[in-house]
Amino acid sequence: MTVRHALLALLSEGPKYGLQLAQEFEAGSGDMWPLNTGQVYTTLQRLERDDLVVADDDEAQTSYNITDHGRRELDTWLHTPPDMNGPPRDELVMKVLVAVRIPGVDAVALVQSYRRHVIESMQQYTRLKEHAAEDDIGLLLVADSELFRLEAVARWLDAADARIARLTDRGSVVPTSSRPRPRKRAGARR
Amino acid sequence: MSPVLEMANVSKSYGHGENLVHALRGADLVVQAGELVAIMGPSGSGKSTMLTIAGTLEVATSGSVVIDGVAVDALGPNDRARLRRRTIGYVFQDFNLLPGLTAAENVALPLELDGTRSRVAAATANAVLTELGLHERAGRFPDELSGGERQRVAVARAIVGERRLLLADEPTGALDSTNGEGVLRLLRAACRRGVAGVIVTHDAQLASWADRVVFLRDGRVLDRSAAPPGPESLLAPAPGQ
Repeated sequence: MTVRHALLALLSEGPKYGLQLAQEFEAGSGDMWPLNTGQVYTTLQRLERDDLVVADDDEAQTSYNITDHGRRELDTWLHTPPDMNGPPRDELVMKVLVAVRIPGVDAVALVQSYRRHVIESMQQYTRLKEHAAEDDIGLLLVADSELFRLEAVARWLDAADARIARLTDRGSVVPTSSRPRPRKRAGARR
Repeated sequence: MSPVLEMANVSKSYGHGENLVHALRGADLVVQAGELVAIMGPSGSGKSTMLTIAGTLEVATSGSVVIDGVAVDALGPNDRARLRRRTIGYVFQDFNLLPGLTAAENVALPLELDGTRSRVAAATANAVLTELGLHERAGRFPDELSGGERQRVAVARAIVGERRLLLADEPTGALDSTNGEGVLRLLRAACRRGVAGVIVTHDAQLASWADRVVFLRDGRVLDRSAAPPGPESLLAPAPGQ
């Protein structure tokens, strides 16, 4: 979610003040994504510099209008699928990769502690959803999104758990690579 | 709150000699009235065995099971069946509604089997269906209902009468996420009215509806989730504010 495009989307409804934009941004996400007014004004300055909005200083407060260029930019952004193919690096994955390599670390127990943490986070989002008003669409969509993301993490942990358990059953917790290894030098001492 | 289900040091084995399988090994579980607990674990972890023992469909090899203050091990088969009919409700993944009976008749059936007169059973069933927003579907047969409606009827059947313990095995497995959420809201509402609920699942989203989650592995309770803080903790103040 870029703040830049969220502000353009709000301005596509009509001219608005900075503070009003901050409030509407937060309300639109069910207050799940806090945004301070300083960040709003910094972003508006950049949008103005790029000719995507124009400021109207005629009134006591400065209001902002979206330009035609801004509408085209918003339309292009909206119709471009987000990049889902980031590099496969993730702190959780890194921790599990490290855990299976360090002797003496119970990787299965570690995976379970991560799983419990994920489920507890999911319980919080589910409570939030349970108590939300049926028409609080911003909050419900954000809570669903977090729940599906965390569910994917929980499923990956289940798969990791099963893989590590299989290695443990075979007596080899530290994974061995199937790639060819460098040969020992002839005559090297054992 | 008072405990409705108390399982202490429960073990269950099947087979003999080389074929001996330990499905549960000294598992403990206490569920209070008004509480929903999820049991999670991989296939073969013993979670379904735990549910069938809690539902008195199977008898533990050792350990103690107390349901609504009654020690199950001390009961004969007839008394156990009576306890099961009166106190325990089940929700299965594939609904298990009888196809030749209407929604209302399916819900009334456990009461009639327990000796309640037909007219009283029908009125009670209709009251539960109304409570669950299904009064307009009461006269429909299962094949005239959507999957979500069938499972809501199954929930009605599980809580009708004076049931104290609600047991559910993957209750949303056959439903899409919207209908699944509807069923979970019903289970939560039933628990808030004083029923103790236990759900067995491998689905993290389903488990997240529970007050507590118990993790099983190799027939043992491996871990438990802590009671989650209120959802307001997710509503963080804006940075810099």
